[in-house]
Amino acid sequence: MIAESRSSPHAARSSVPALEIHDMTVAYHRKPVLWDIDLEIPEGNLVGVVGPNGAGKTTLIKAVLGLVPLASGKVLIYGRPYAEQRRLIGYVPQRESVDWDFPVTVNDVILMGTYGRLGWFRRPGQAEREVAERCLAQVGMSDFASRQIRQLSGGQQQRVFLARALAQDARIYFMDEPFSGVDAATETAIIELLQSLRSAGKTVFVVHHDLQTVRGYFDYVILLNMRLVAYGPTDTTFTPANLHKTYGGRLTILDEAAEAVRKREPIR
Amino acid sequence: MIAASITTNVMLGTGLLGATAGVIGTFAVLRRRALVGDMLSHAALPGICIAFLITQSRDLIVLSLGALVSGLLGIAVLTLLRRWTRTKEDAAIGIVLSTFFGAGVVLLSIIQQQATGHQAGLHSYLFGETAGITRHDVLIIAGVAMLCLIIVSLLYKEFKLLSFDPEFAAAEGWPTLWLDLWMMGTLAIVTIVGLPICGVILMAALIILPGAAARFWTDRLGRLLVISAIGGATAGALGTFLASPLPQHWLHNKFLDASKLPPGPLIVLSAAAFFVVSLLFAPERGIVARAVAELRLRIRIAREHLLRALYELSEPHQPDRPYFDRAQLLARRSWSEWLLNWWLGRLAARGFVELHDHRVRLTPAGLAAAADVTRTHRLWELFLVDTAGIASDHVDRDADDVEHMLPAPLVRDLEERLAAVGRLPTAPQHVPESPHELL
Repeated sequence: MIAESRSSPHAARSSVPALEIHDMTVAYHRKPVLWDIDLEIPEGNLVGVVGPNGAGKTTLIKAVLGLVPLASGKVLIYGRPYAEQRRLIGYVPQRESVDWDFPVTVNDVILMGTYGRLGWFRRPGQAEREVAERCLAQVGMSDFASRQIRQLSGGQQQRVFLARALAQDARIYFMDEPFSGVDAATETAIIELLQSLRSAGKTVFVVHHDLQTVRGYFDYVILLNMRLVAYGPTDTTFTPANLHKTYGGRLTILDEAAEAVRKREPIR
Repeated sequence: MIAASITTNVMLGTGLLGATAGVIGTFAVLRRRALVGDMLSHAALPGICIAFLITQSRDLIVLSLGALVSGLLGIAVLTLLRRWTRTKEDAAIGIVLSTFFGAGVVLLSIIQQQATGHQAGLHSYLFGETAGITRHDVLIIAGVAMLCLIIVSLLYKEFKLLSFDPEFAAAEGWPTLWLDLWMMGTLAIVTIVGLPICGVILMAALIILPGAAARFWTDRLGRLLVISAIGGATAGALGTFLASPLPQHWLHNKFLDASKLPPGPLIVLSAAAFFVVSLLFAPERGIVARAVAELRLRIRIAREHLLRALYELSEPHQPDRPYFDRAQLLARRSWSEWLLNWWLGRLAARGFVELHDHRVRLTPAGLAAAADVTRTHRLWELFLVDTAGIASDHVDRDADDVEHMLPAPLVRDLEERLAAVGRLPTAPQHVPESPHELL
């Protein structure tokens, strides 16, 4: 695996990497979708997760968050297993992953970000409502607090999810396509928010589709196409050669192997 | 009067049952799991029969345990079918439901043929009954219903998160599998304690209807649960009451024999009535409210079209306000003569136009209103032409659809945008020229 440089433009504040993945393979219904991922990302960076459709970008995030089982390998957050470090994680799922006709208001959704800290049975109180208010203001949605979520535009829904992640008050954020379906103004607002998170020492992983903006947005990139093509600082990693390797057609041998494993046939 | 007091007791029991079914059913409906309750109640029948065959007892607890075991077995079979075969969820539910129910009916017939003295009555599990219900049974039903209500209110926050975004819940470390089992387990228990009164065939309706009906009334989960509970409680109590001897006694009804009217269908019909009323008359989401809103919009659009037509006819003659022939108005749009006359009458009543035989002209107030309407239309047209790049001969109809819905802040925003590029005229009435040729 290629990891040209471990030094980052924003030098790590913690000597322990924010995220380490060792020999991770992930399979859906016994069909492997990610092979042998190995990487280390230092704290305090904006990290773009880039690759073609079906490359396993969402799967990578879900595997790190324990939402899909690992076929092999392990994931460490600040040197310890995910299960012990859950309070350090903020998550922005894909916007399409929920039913936006669900009977909750914007404020209700933001408050869900505080549930993890509250623990069993305790209901959000004054302190949590203040947190929610602040997070809503950070994404510029204060006027929408009592709206039913169905009435929001795509960009507004995306910002609600961001605010909920902010309410989680995490050290590492995982965001699955936070820029999908948003207008240019919202995209600018979101990237500014992400930059302010980085300034506060947070690490943010972003599944990203628009190759044009990768250099402008991210300190680190992870180039994926069913396996890890390359990762490292954007300047040295986001190169035409690596991009060609990432997007130059799927590696059919991996596809065939995955299919064979699924059918339990030996690879010829 | 003994009949009245036992009826009141049963009504309290079914009311509480209905409330609980409404609350837990709301979560099932929101999670698109409504049919699980249906499958569960049908799959319970063989368990009830087997429990009776083994113990020869009609004790509520014994039969309910049998129901629970076979209901859960049904869910297990469903899960296996879905996970390990190519059968899709809806087909799998249909298969499990009908197979278990078929087995239950066969067992019922076998029991019927047995020569035991007290076999009569297991058939009541098909549609439910209140006649055989004892005070003791009512107490058990009410107690279980209360317990389930307490579980749901304790886990309200957790259930809300699980129902809205299970992945986020799992990423936060909530044991979503266990929460899911608690939720579905509560649903199963409520379903099963309801079986003796509602029957296996119709119990699911009491789970589904209140939640589906309540959804018409509110967009807040908390209120939704309360409304659903009230709806379910009312349906349960009302259905029981209608199935009791009381209404027949009071109404001197000679056609219906009380003992032949099972409560299950009456409870379900009461819940269905709540659903139909909600569907029709709920504010905002109800059919009537939506029809009224639609009609209001159409009326406003027609009025604005007429005002704009009048303005455009008067435009070249300003500041004079000459009379026009109604035929000139008729030619501008495809409205019928009858409708046009009706509209003109309404505008005249509001003091916007003066009518003179077949001729019509705007009053000063009408001119101001018409200028306002035309202005919004043309602002939107200009925006479409300048910013959205739509050909000017197409914008008239495009603007037509949208302009009536533009809220005031957006109109101000349009003005600012157009002013910024010097397209906002500063004429006295601020009505910009049309970007396309007028008829």
